[in-house]
Amino acid sequence: MKLRAAGTGERRCESMSGIPLEPYYTAEDAAGMPVLPAPGEFPYTRGIHETMYRGKLWTMRQFSGFATPEETNERYRYLLSQGQTGLSVAFDLPTLMGVDGDHPAAAGEVGKCGVAISSLADMETLFRGIPLGDVTVSMTINSPAPVLFAMYLAVAGQQGADRAKLSGTLQNDILKEYIAQKEFLYPPRPSMRLVTDVIEFCAREVPKFNPISISGYHIREAGSTAVQELAFTLRDGIEYVDWALERGLKVDEFAPRLSFFFNAHNDFFEEIAKYRAARRMWAYIMRDRYGARDERSWKMRFHTQTAGCSLTWQQPYNNVIRTTIQALAGVLGGTQSLHTNSLDEAYALPSEHAVTLALRTQQVIAYESGIPEVADPLGGSYYLEFLTNEVERQANEYIRRIDGMGGMIPAVEQSFPQREIAEASFRYQRQVEKGEAVIVGVNRFQSEEDERIELLQIDDSAARRQQERLAALRRERNSARAESCLGRLRKAAEGKENTMPHILDAVKAYVTVGEICQAFRDVFGAWTETSVL
Amino acid sequence: MTSPIRVLVAKPGLDGHDRGAKVIARALRDAGMEVIYTGLRQTPEMIVNAALQEDVRVIGLSILSGAHNAIVPRLMELLREKDMTGLVVVVGGIIPDEDARQLKEKYGVAEVFQPGASLEEIVNFIRSATQQPA
Repeated sequence: MKLRAAGTGERRCESMSGIPLEPYYTAEDAAGMPVLPAPGEFPYTRGIHETMYRGKLWTMRQFSGFATPEETNERYRYLLSQGQTGLSVAFDLPTLMGVDGDHPAAAGEVGKCGVAISSLADMETLFRGIPLGDVTVSMTINSPAPVLFAMYLAVAGQQGADRAKLSGTLQNDILKEYIAQKEFLYPPRPSMRLVTDVIEFCAREVPKFNPISISGYHIREAGSTAVQELAFTLRDGIEYVDWALERGLKVDEFAPRLSFFFNAHNDFFEEIAKYRAARRMWAYIMRDRYGARDERSWKMRFHTQTAGCSLTWQQPYNNVIRTTIQALAGVLGGTQSLHTNSLDEAYALPSEHAVTLALRTQQVIAYESGIPEVADPLGGSYYLEFLTNEVERQANEYIRRIDGMGGMIPAVEQSFPQREIAEASFRYQRQVEKGEAVIVGVNRFQSEEDERIELLQIDDSAARRQQERLAALRRERNSARAESCLGRLRKAAEGKENTMPHILDAVKAYVTVGEICQAFRDVFGAWTETSVL
Repeated sequence: MTSPIRVLVAKPGLDGHDRGAKVIARALRDAGMEVIYTGLRQTPEMIVNAALQEDVRVIGLSILSGAHNAIVPRLMELLREKDMTGLVVVVGGIIPDEDARQLKEKYGVAEVFQPGASLEEIVNFIRSATQQPA
């Protein structure tokens, strides 16, 4: 590549992932440009649909949940009344960690980071008056994912919905928990078995439901670069495919229902490049590495959320602007659904006012900006095509390294991705400290006095109500039936059969999340990580 | 030469978001302190025992889940029971102003660092707080 005028020294001249940037780009830098296939054509760099958002806008899906199922149910109905087009359930930490609201480890955590769901009774309340046959539901849950999914199926069954028509997404991505978010319960291999149980069950019985959302979001939030987010996520995807094939499924039986989830961070063009590279890489992986024949297996569908870690406590209204730019990157990158963060989320779960403004941000982009009218409007930009190629090249390099380690599980056991992320996050923090990376309102352009904003408060009454409800449930349910379901579940876990039917039986007998996860822990053991600094 | 300041960086509660705790641990180490990181999901009891065994001057807690009002008072109570009130306890994370004031005034936390606090600020605070006689 020819040398151009050097940067002025003062200006940052690399992308957030550390890709050195020229002052401008030419056709020479964007190798392969003249033959870039159209949107809707393999390898889908420019999008998975020919007409993209003209055919169907992205789904506006705000992640939400807090306090008790009653309060969250009310918020869901409000969001649907405001034009939101899908639901996305945020569970509290006890639920995410497979403990019930009345367990000592749950002290102070019930309903704080999401909604508290301990049993089918809670799930019934959560979706009261919401027709699950019509509204798509996404559930952010990982280690206990099969349990919460079973509860959702049970409620849908009570409503009379046809299982074959249910649509939504279960996060169910355990690998990124070991890598980044650390909400794991069991060792990697039995956890992978449970993930595969859900993939297999869905392929056979709930064919329109995405059994997994392979997530880079949390990897990025833990401090990775865009390249690492892309590479680790796709390598996780490869691992899930390997396990499902090992189970005896055919690739085209389940691959069309694999979905992905990426972050939208600050570096506008690098983020768009990341989404385009992701689609292209996955298309080649599915076609060439796995020999998938069904076009739907080649097409990567993904959800995007703006970067929570980019939100600032100082000058919180600036967060609206950050989120808008990040959301634009997601849309210009061809996302299938989008969550825009609320301005108050550096402090707390969002207030109704803040979450409405975040939804309006998407609506302004969708209906006023004209951006959705044309697919991949930035395709052909010398710079963007160069970045797409470079991000892809570097991510493939990581994938080859992890292949060389024997896959993602050995890599995780050796703390490889964990260490790479810790390095990147420390490097970024240093750049912030030195002022090389600017955060408006934090290390430049600070104000004396911060604007005050109104916050959503969750008091301890939610925990109390949850505990009372659990006590009543344990008293009133048929305990003999609950016990025998748990016994059969334990036996299934010890053997090789798919655990999903047994989990379904157990939740219908009002066995709790904590009880089911404890049964699995008894069989599989618990996982503790080696911390790397 | 005085011996280096020993700091226990701890991550209590169910939350697994350890980015902040890890960055702080490395920054304190780079500043010449001896840092012990507990890893995830430590109870107040485990943290106090680790502090005792490791003979640290400072405990730094990272809490992002909103559970600080349950965890921190319990930890401070255990320190009092074990006669370890000379330790400097700092808390970092998503702690609203009102809670931060209460943790300091009512429970004796030395300082609360909210999002956006710089590493330098934290290092300097720990240095000056450990210079005063316990």
